[in-house]
Amino acid sequence: MAGTFTLRIVTPERIVYTGETESLRAPGSEGSFGVLARHAPMVAALGVGPVEFSEDGSRRQMATSGGFVEVSAEGTMILAETAEFGDEIDVERAQAARDRATERLNQQSEIDRARAQASLARAINRLSVVGAS
Amino acid sequence: MATLRQLRTRVASIGNIQRVTNAMYMVAAAKMRRAQEAIESARPYAEQLDTILRRLQGSIDSGETPLFLERPVKRVAVVVVTADRGLCGGFNGNVSRRALNELQAIDAEIDLITVGRKGRAFLRSRGFDASTNHADVFRQLEFASAVSIAQQLTDDFVQGRVDKVLLVYSEFRSVALQEPAVHQLLPIVSNEDEASVEGNYIFEPDPDQLLDILVPRHVNFQVWRALLESNAGFFAAQMTSMDNATKNAGDLIDELTREMNKERQSSITLELMDIIGGAEAVG
Repeated sequence: MAGTFTLRIVTPERIVYTGETESLRAPGSEGSFGVLARHAPMVAALGVGPVEFSEDGSRRQMATSGGFVEVSAEGTMILAETAEFGDEIDVERAQAARDRATERLNQQSEIDRARAQASLARAINRLSVVGAS
Repeated sequence: MATLRQLRTRVASIGNIQRVTNAMYMVAAAKMRRAQEAIESARPYAEQLDTILRRLQGSIDSGETPLFLERPVKRVAVVVVTADRGLCGGFNGNVSRRALNELQAIDAEIDLITVGRKGRAFLRSRGFDASTNHADVFRQLEFASAVSIAQQLTDDFVQGRVDKVLLVYSEFRSVALQEPAVHQLLPIVSNEDEASVEGNYIFEPDPDQLLDILVPRHVNFQVWRALLESNAGFFAAQMTSMDNATKNAGDLIDELTREMNKERQSSITLELMDIIGGAEAVG
C-alpha cells in the first residue's frame, strides 16, 4: 500500500483543507495529473477543473479556478484563487454566471470574450462538482 | 451660569451619546478582530506564492514577463484605498494626505482610482478627480473585488495605457498604529537576490510560462492585501476613536454633574435663607 502525504489547499481568503491523503488528481494546465506519496518535487500550474483526493478511503472533490501545486518533501500545497467543496457552491450563482458568460460570448471585444470564456469554464466546473458530490 | 434644568438635560443627552459611542466601540472591536483574522488567513497563501516566485526566479533569467518591464513613464495610475465611512479619527485623512503628497510629486499624467468614498471626496476638493471609484468594497470584503480591481490595472499596464501603478493604502502595523504606505504595484519590483535555486524541481509548464501565470496572481494578491490591511486599520482606528469619545463623554458627565450639584446646593442655601429670614420676621 502506498503511503500518505500531507495535502494543504489554501486560497487568499482561508485555509480550505489540511489533511493526510493517499492520492491526488489535479487539473494541470497541460493536462490532468496524479500525485502519490514520494512524488518528485514539482511546481505545476493548474487549469480550471476539479481537484480530487482521497480521505480515509473516500474520494472528495473540489472546484478550483486555476492556481498552482507545489509538491515537496514536506507535502503538497495547492494554491488556488478559489476552492470550494460541492456543498459550498452556490448553484444559482454558478448557473447565473454560466448564462451570463454564454450570452457575452456572442458579442463584444476579444478581451471580453476571453474573460467570458474563462468565466464560463469556472461556472461549468462548479456545476460539475456539485453534480458529482 | 446654566440653570439646573438645562444641566440635567445636557447630562442626559451626553449620556445618550456615550451609549452610542460605546456600542460603536464594541462593534468596531468585533469587526477588527475578524479583519485581523482575515489577514492571518491570507498568510499561508502569501508565503507559498512568494516561495514559488523565488523558485522560478532562481531558474530563469526574468525580465521577459511584461509586468516586470520598466519603461519611460508618461502616465501613472494611482490607486488610493480609504474607507467609505468616517468616525475613525485620522484614518482617512492620513491616507488621503499621503496620497495628495504623492500626486503632487508626480511629473506625468495621472489616472486616479479610488477605493472608498472618503479619499475620493478629499482629493476631489483638492483638484484631483478620480476616473474610477470603487465604493462599498468593504461592506462585504471578498477576494473577487480585489481581482476585478487588479485585473483592470494589469490590463491598463500591459496595453500601455499606464506605465506605472502606485498603490496608496493604510498599512496595519498594530491595533494602535496604522501607517499610510505607498507601494509600487507595477512594474513589479523584483528582488533577484532572494531567488532560490535549491532543490531539483520539475516545472510544468516551463518556468517562463509558469511565471506568466503566477505574476498576475501576485498582483491580485497585493491588491487583496492592501484591502485587508486597510479594512483592519479602519476598524482599529474607529475602535480607538470611539473609545476616546466614550471616555470624553464620561469626563464631561462628571464635570457637569459636579456643576449641577453645586447649583443645587446653592439653590437650597438660598431657599433656606429665605425660610429662616421669613421665620425671623414672623417671630
